[in-house]
Amino acid sequence: MNILEVKNLSLAFRMYDGAFSRRDLSVLTNLSITVRGGEILAVAGSSGSGKSLLAHAILGILPKNAVTGGELFWCGERLTPKLQQKLRGKDLAFVPQSVTYLDPLIRVGRQVTKDDKRLADLFFRYHLKKEVARQFPHELSGGMTRRILISAALAGNPKLVIADEPTPGLSPHLAEHAMKHFREIADSGAAVLLITHDIDLAIRFADRVAVFYAGTTVETANASDFADENLLRHPYSRVLYRAMPQNGFAPAVGSQPYAGALPRGCLFAPRCEKCTAECTKAPPAPRVVRGGEVCCRHAA
Amino acid sequence: MLLEAKNIVFGYERGRNILENMSLSIESGERLALVGPSGCGKSTLAQILAGNYVPGSGQVLLDGKALPRRGFCPVQLIYQHPEKALNPRWKLGKSLFEAWAPDDGFLNALGIEKVWLSRYPAELSGGEMQRFCIARALAPETRFLIADEITTMLDVVTQAQIWNMLLRIAAERNLGILAVTHNGELAKKISARTVTFPEKT
Repeated sequence: MNILEVKNLSLAFRMYDGAFSRRDLSVLTNLSITVRGGEILAVAGSSGSGKSLLAHAILGILPKNAVTGGELFWCGERLTPKLQQKLRGKDLAFVPQSVTYLDPLIRVGRQVTKDDKRLADLFFRYHLKKEVARQFPHELSGGMTRRILISAALAGNPKLVIADEPTPGLSPHLAEHAMKHFREIADSGAAVLLITHDIDLAIRFADRVAVFYAGTTVETANASDFADENLLRHPYSRVLYRAMPQNGFAPAVGSQPYAGALPRGCLFAPRCEKCTAECTKAPPAPRVVRGGEVCCRHAA
Repeated sequence: MLLEAKNIVFGYERGRNILENMSLSIESGERLALVGPSGCGKSTLAQILAGNYVPGSGQVLLDGKALPRRGFCPVQLIYQHPEKALNPRWKLGKSLFEAWAPDDGFLNALGIEKVWLSRYPAELSGGEMQRFCIARALAPETRFLIADEITTMLDVVTQAQIWNMLLRIAAERNLGILAVTHNGELAKKISARTVTFPEKT
């Protein structure tokens, strides 16, 4: 069953240049993903491609000047601001990216849960000492803070967990531990949306991987497709693959286009080796190729 | 040149030391990776090596002498979070030129666009800000770089761009690099030797 469906989501920030001129800075365009119960969908892709904004859009915690388009569905039902508010923190859990999301003036134990038994379980699971519950956020290391954020999100019994970069700062052992917990949650029927740069982890624990570039989904592949460059469909997915330390560590030239200066056609066209004249004219439509979805005219 | 940490003891609280008798050394041109579990004091050691924290006991020595207390420190630290290392109210050019004045060729090599110099940190992405932090740390007087998980929050393409560039400059100038990382594959690529932090008992 589809827990969450995002259809052609677009997002722009309304900016004012002086008193009379207004412009919309487009940051997400034509973004579509589906997260099913029982699976981990990883969202990977370049820094600044709008991965966190997607999470914030689903949760309904975007800043006031954000203008959105497209549709969101929760278990088949339209996800309205009212429904978002009802679900947030209960059925819809969030592990934020920044370690600054904790309240600096409240002891961390209280920020995880008020249920002492549950707290003890979670702390045991994440190798946090009991005393840590009595400490304040500034007394914790980066990795400990990360574990507190994960514990807080998983304290309830969420139907969808959105984890925004849950593992930086964790040692491989702890990162694996957290991922196994996400896997357990997915295996029990809930859905996990895992936003990450760590493609290695994504491949090992996720079912499918959505690759983002400049605010759009370029490809949704099976995690197993990342075993071999030739199984990937979009040229950018292959660039990501080749940049991994174990696959050549190749630094691709150029950088992602800026919001406000996006090319008219395919967003990857300026850096793409397969780019043809029509790629620069109009964005490609999503297609199904070898069991995955891809937005590229040349994928086969 | 030789950078040494000798019997470093450091604690944030009385009676609870996070570093006990930690020693390591790194030579010019050497690349060393520092790995260890979360919360074991890797970042603390990085701060001590760069002269930002004063250890409770033990010494940090550069060619047998203590680090200079004033002026430019030849051991430069690059932080994990570039947004925390840059003054949010200064344009990036000001933050960069505070350290030294790199020429256009150098900025090009690091992939820094000239227009970014007149922007504020909040207007750039993490990878772009991190380039400034690296450029700033690469002043001509720098001899050792301490890289504390500098690419953890970046995508793999940007990570490869930044490290390839950093390794090339380090080789040209014979810099020593100490890299803190959790990524074993990355450690293999960027360093010749690995120091693993001892587990706490």
